[in-house]
Amino acid sequence: MELFSLGIRSIFIDNMIFAYFLGMCSFLAVSKKVSTALGLGAAVVFVLSVTTPVNWLLNEFVLKEGALTWANASLATIDLSFLRFIMFIAIIAAMVQLVEMIVEKFAPALYGQLGIFLPLIAVNCAILGGSLFMAQRDYTFAESAVYGFGSGTGFMLAIVALAAIRERLKYSAVPNGLKGLGITMLLTGLMGIAFMSFMGIDL
Amino acid sequence: MSTETVEKAIEKKPAEPLFSKRRKKLVTDPLVDDNPVTIQVLGICSALAVTTQMKPTLVMAISVIFVIAMSNFVISLMRNTIPSRVRIIVQLAVVATLVTLVSEVLKAFAYDMYKELSVFIGLIITNCIVMGRLEAFALGNKPYDSVLDGLGSALGYSWIILTVAFFRELWGSGSVFGVPVFDYVSSIFGPDFKLATNGLMVSPVGAFIILGLIIWVQRTKTGYVEH
Repeated sequence: MELFSLGIRSIFIDNMIFAYFLGMCSFLAVSKKVSTALGLGAAVVFVLSVTTPVNWLLNEFVLKEGALTWANASLATIDLSFLRFIMFIAIIAAMVQLVEMIVEKFAPALYGQLGIFLPLIAVNCAILGGSLFMAQRDYTFAESAVYGFGSGTGFMLAIVALAAIRERLKYSAVPNGLKGLGITMLLTGLMGIAFMSFMGIDL
Repeated sequence: MSTETVEKAIEKKPAEPLFSKRRKKLVTDPLVDDNPVTIQVLGICSALAVTTQMKPTLVMAISVIFVIAMSNFVISLMRNTIPSRVRIIVQLAVVATLVTLVSEVLKAFAYDMYKELSVFIGLIITNCIVMGRLEAFALGNKPYDSVLDGLGSALGYSWIILTVAFFRELWGSGSVFGVPVFDYVSSIFGPDFKLATNGLMVSPVGAFIILGLIIWVQRTKTGYVEH
């Protein structure tokens, strides 16, 4: 039950986009068409659900203070947590490479559409952010898996919703200076207000 | 570090002055006309969350300036030896090392700030401006030029987030750099007068809207239109 409420919280209340501004670059750049947004969203969900638990294992058994005790009792005092950034980003880059190969093989059309943004998932702040939050909040293994999946789903929800709005925005007369990025930021702000209504919910 | 590069540049090509027109352009272009945040839509990710107050924003800006300039410098030195297939990993390793340095320094000398910025220091690794400048510039240019280019982009980014932070702190908490401006102003007009703060500015929504408005103002001025 607690896991369920953590999942709901990471989708709606602690939404990656609206609460932490993570993954904004691809959020803004790939939200022009719903189908592309859906593809990127799915890729992010997959990568986040895989990397967060994998990074949890890495953190728990290699990086944390005293984590190496399982190998040798004399290693109990070693604290490698300063290596966290490098190790996490390496795992993420490897996972993204894997996803890229899978997508290229099984969905070449989607591969073409995502273009540069597929390899750039590696530098998507939402992915690294998920792992860093996981390490900071001391989640258990099950919690980290649920959190990864939940925050990925939250990202997908946000990007698909924004893409749907932007598709319709084509028919409105937007002032020249606001076209593109400007109006999208304001839209994101308005969507953020809508998401704020979840904040009062205590799970 | 900068003096080192300066000397190298002089030795290598005495023909081009240290601050030639082209080099000045490298620094000044990204400030307004080609701003990484408002025109190129990069680096919005890790920055907005820290802009509720001026102080953490300033620390963030300095860290980003350091990381971008240094990573541009290092990658530019290695540019001829990196095989292009593995360049992303190499870049990430260099950037992650620099960010680890920044985070360890903050942890040692400014622990409160380190706690406050928490994961967002780590997220400089995934700041799109860093990777963007490495890919677009440092891989194909000499070290000194790369440092200048990095400085330009980082400064362009810094003034945007500092502006956002200024308005968010002023309207959200009624202060600037922790100085309670609203209280002073209220006290001038007597005890019954009180300037109210807006809670929306402290929440993420405020950042989106302020940045949207800044982009509007800036693009109207430069006449840039996105299609």
